[in-house]
Amino acid sequence: MTQVERLAFMGDEAVAYAVKQCNVDVIAAYPITPQTIIVERLSEYVANGELDAAFIPVESEHSAISACVGASLAGARVYTSTCSQGLALMHEILHAASSMRAPIGMTIANRSLNAPLNIHCEHSDVMNARDTGWVHLFANNVQQAYDLTFISFKVAEDPRVLLPVSVNIDAFVLSHSVEPITPITDEDAAKYLPPREYEYPINPDRPITYGTMALPDTYMEFKMQFKEALDRVPEVFEEAVKEYEKISGRRYWYYDSYEIEDADALVIVLGSTYGTVKTAAKKLRAEGLKVGVMGLTMFRPLPEKELVKVLRNMKAVVVMDRAYSYGGLGGPLYTDIIGVLYRNGIRIPAKNIVYGLGGRDFKLDEAEAILRMAEKGVREGGFETHVDWWGVRR
Amino acid sequence: MSAKSDVKKILKGEFTYKTLPMSAMILSPPTSPEYKTGTWRVKKPVIDQSKCIRCLLCWVYCPDMAIMRLEDDHVKIDYDYCKGCGICVSVCPVKAIKMEEG
Repeated sequence: MTQVERLAFMGDEAVAYAVKQCNVDVIAAYPITPQTIIVERLSEYVANGELDAAFIPVESEHSAISACVGASLAGARVYTSTCSQGLALMHEILHAASSMRAPIGMTIANRSLNAPLNIHCEHSDVMNARDTGWVHLFANNVQQAYDLTFISFKVAEDPRVLLPVSVNIDAFVLSHSVEPITPITDEDAAKYLPPREYEYPINPDRPITYGTMALPDTYMEFKMQFKEALDRVPEVFEEAVKEYEKISGRRYWYYDSYEIEDADALVIVLGSTYGTVKTAAKKLRAEGLKVGVMGLTMFRPLPEKELVKVLRNMKAVVVMDRAYSYGGLGGPLYTDIIGVLYRNGIRIPAKNIVYGLGGRDFKLDEAEAILRMAEKGVREGGFETHVDWWGVRR
Repeated sequence: MSAKSDVKKILKGEFTYKTLPMSAMILSPPTSPEYKTGTWRVKKPVIDQSKCIRCLLCWVYCPDMAIMRLEDDHVKIDYDYCKGCGICVSVCPVKAIKMEEG
């Protein structure tokens, strides 16, 4: 581990810097709204010779991800970035990318979807991509956005996995906020991610057919293979974070947590809200309230075993969703958690807070109120309602 | 997971999800000749050679190249690949082709 200086980076710039250090071969991106500064910086790195990569400015996100799939199957290290409507336009190819086992790194600066027109932070974009078979990771701060970029390529390109991975960063809260980060050195980055080796690259001298037809007699078997590739993600992820810890000194896991060891009430969140709730929890801990906070890093595949280890010691849980499954039981993370609770025989009250849609700010006093609500759920053995839309003017 | 595949075995149903090539890739194309799509057929076209005027319209129109052009422009249907769409019946100007059961 080599100590390097701390740099002040906007979230987008930190990710671009990481992608440069990952030494990607191909970047394909649609450069206009809803794009972020990530690919703008990357195009500069390529143009001024700092990064030896092909930068393909395509005509839509559908084309961006399609170009990424082709380049990935040719054996390249591939990166793209998008969010909201852009990710929605990619949707068809998100399935093709994962099912054709094309490792791709993608940053999603999570934003809301129209209508009404809104460009601010929300997780609905990635939740629409939840079932596409991508690995979905969430960063809580800019440092994590930077670090998880390396880890995402390490996991994606592992021959046991060969799947695309998204790193989710809260739009504006992380993407456009400046934070100090400690980068790893270029040498360490090169050691962590040596040039990609792929056994079956598309090559005119050795023809391979990808994306073939599979009819009812084989389709389910191919999907079973694909499911098992996702099942192998945890072991590869654990190796990847261990190796990253050696060069960075920073330890990653399926989740970040604060005071969960002896907590009775747990609040689970995705993304930057973790920091807000953690700060509020410090105050409540000082009052003697046994509250804990979890910020889930790996959303897909859902780390059920790790969640069970934590949840079985809790007496109540509040799950916070910055998205909603319209017509469903609540937010997507909440429905996952109640599923984990039920099928593992953990009978504790669970409540869903739907918050921050369309980028509505979520503040410290609100986090405190939610922690107190979780703690009240422990004392009273339940919650009044299953789902609350937090802060809606009624 | 191996990418190697034996298409003949797969077509005979001799496989598990673990023996299939990753993501349905084909390392040694072409394999489609092994896939006898004639099994999809419900009715089959039959040519009455005594009526055929050797115009080759059916040979041109067949979307599966399942009509073979023989010596002297005689035509013959390759039932291994004919899916029974009936386009040849429609385009035949002398009604020399009929759809039959089987």
